Amino acid sequence: MGSGGRLTGNRLQGVVGGRRGCNGAEELARAGACEVTGEWKSRSPVKTGLPLWMLGLGADLLWADMNRLLAFLFHQGVLDEQFLQLQQLQDETSPNFVSEVVNIYFHESEKLLRNLRGLLMEREFSDYKKMGIHLNQLMGSSSSIGAKRVTNVCLAFRAATEHNNRPGCLRALEMLEHEYCYLKNKLHELFQIEQQRALAAGVRYPVQNN
Amino acid sequence: MGMAAAESQQFHVLAVDDSLIDRKLIERLLRTSSYQVTTVDSGTKALEFLGLRENDDGTPNTPSVSPNNHQEVEVNMVITDYCMPGMTGYDLLKKIKESSSLRNIPVVIMSSENVPSRISRCLEEGAEEFFLKPVRLSDLNRLKPHIMKMSKLKDQDQNQKQVIPEKIENLLEVQKQHQPPPQQQQPPQIQNEYPQPQEEAQVQPTLEQQQQSLQQNNNNNNSNSNKRKSMDQSLSPEPTDRTRPRYSGIATVV
Repeated sequence: MGSGGRLTGNRLQGVVGGRRGCNGAEELARAGACEVTGEWKSRSPVKTGLPLWMLGLGADLLWADMNRLLAFLFHQGVLDEQFLQLQQLQDETSPNFVSEVVNIYFHESEKLLRNLRGLLMEREFSDYKKMGIHLNQLMGSSSSIGAKRVTNVCLAFRAATEHNNRPGCLRALEMLEHEYCYLKNKLHELFQIEQQRALAAGVRYPVQNN
Repeated sequence: MGMAAAESQQFHVLAVDDSLIDRKLIERLLRTSSYQVTTVDSGTKALEFLGLRENDDGTPNTPSVSPNNHQEVEVNMVITDYCMPGMTGYDLLKKIKESSSLRNIPVVIMSSENVPSRISRCLEEGAEEFFLKPVRLSDLNRLKPHIMKMSKLKDQDQNQKQVIPEKIENLLEVQKQHQPPPQQQQPPQIQNEYPQPQEEAQVQPTLEQQQQSLQQNNNNNNSNSNKRKSMDQSLSPEPTDRTRPRYSGIATVV
């Protein structure tokens, strides 16, 4: 009631604020507005007034956080070992590899999802073949980054297109949008923790400039 | 992704995929393995890069090669996606193998679909390997035998262009037919890892060791002159982190 939500401090929570539920297209539209930012929340169990990262303790705790989140995502089947491959490919020579690839994935996937929804919403829709093409692209890139659940929903979706099953396709699309949103939120969380950790580690171990 | 100069010692791979993400991935995988990489997003662009001009009438004649392009850029291997709009990976493979100038370049096919008939068709057409997507670092290890083979052949071609220390110059003049020591150039990273009878690339050879290694090379490579080796050498079984069909030229897929 009243004005929608409070403004805490000087920050508005983006997509993740409010309920975590998804209702397909709406959520997707909101998710589209979400970018990976450098913002982070400070946490400090001790009331020193200083954020943890300044106390030099943040890095380890954040590392644990990140691993916990990753383990959770693996356990839930949201990510598979291909995501680990991506992480392994990241090093000093390519320090932002994972986030680069994932941001490309977000950009492409949202376009494909919009195309899919556009096709299915057509009154005279019949182009299952075109849907199949979009789906194959989405499936390929999802599998390439280790997005296992999204890939699996794409498989089911593809089966529906092969049977010209429009209601089945609609159901699959809803599920796909939901899974995609969930994945995106979680990956954003992961990147945020990673950025905080990098900051915290930077404080403890100052970077030697060459 | 710069152009490879003719005198570059690095192994140059041309990667072809219409998916941007997969291009990024394969580029990173190959760079991590110390190969030089160029990526293109279609078979047509790949052929252009290789210096091949297609016949407009579509006859099965060998396409003419533009001499300037071919000499500027040297490609040692092509790795291509199978499913691409327009020219598929299979079409690209065929075009390369039909070309007299390019048929010696090993071609690797990648696909997200595990279709045995597709796989055997590609292998029959002359593909060196078939990778299931998503491609991993462990898959690239399966390329090592082909790369070792190619880099030895490369060494032969670039015999004259190398800077050779005085102490072995005489030796090489005497044994002009055989390969120069691999230690004299920047070896690709994989040479160190791949289990071989030859000595480690990092060790500075004495003259005796040099002679020994050259003799070993002679013994190991009895078909130096054959650009296209038959697929009768078995690949050393690399431990992979997941079971997956291992397709090479020797496998017959039903």
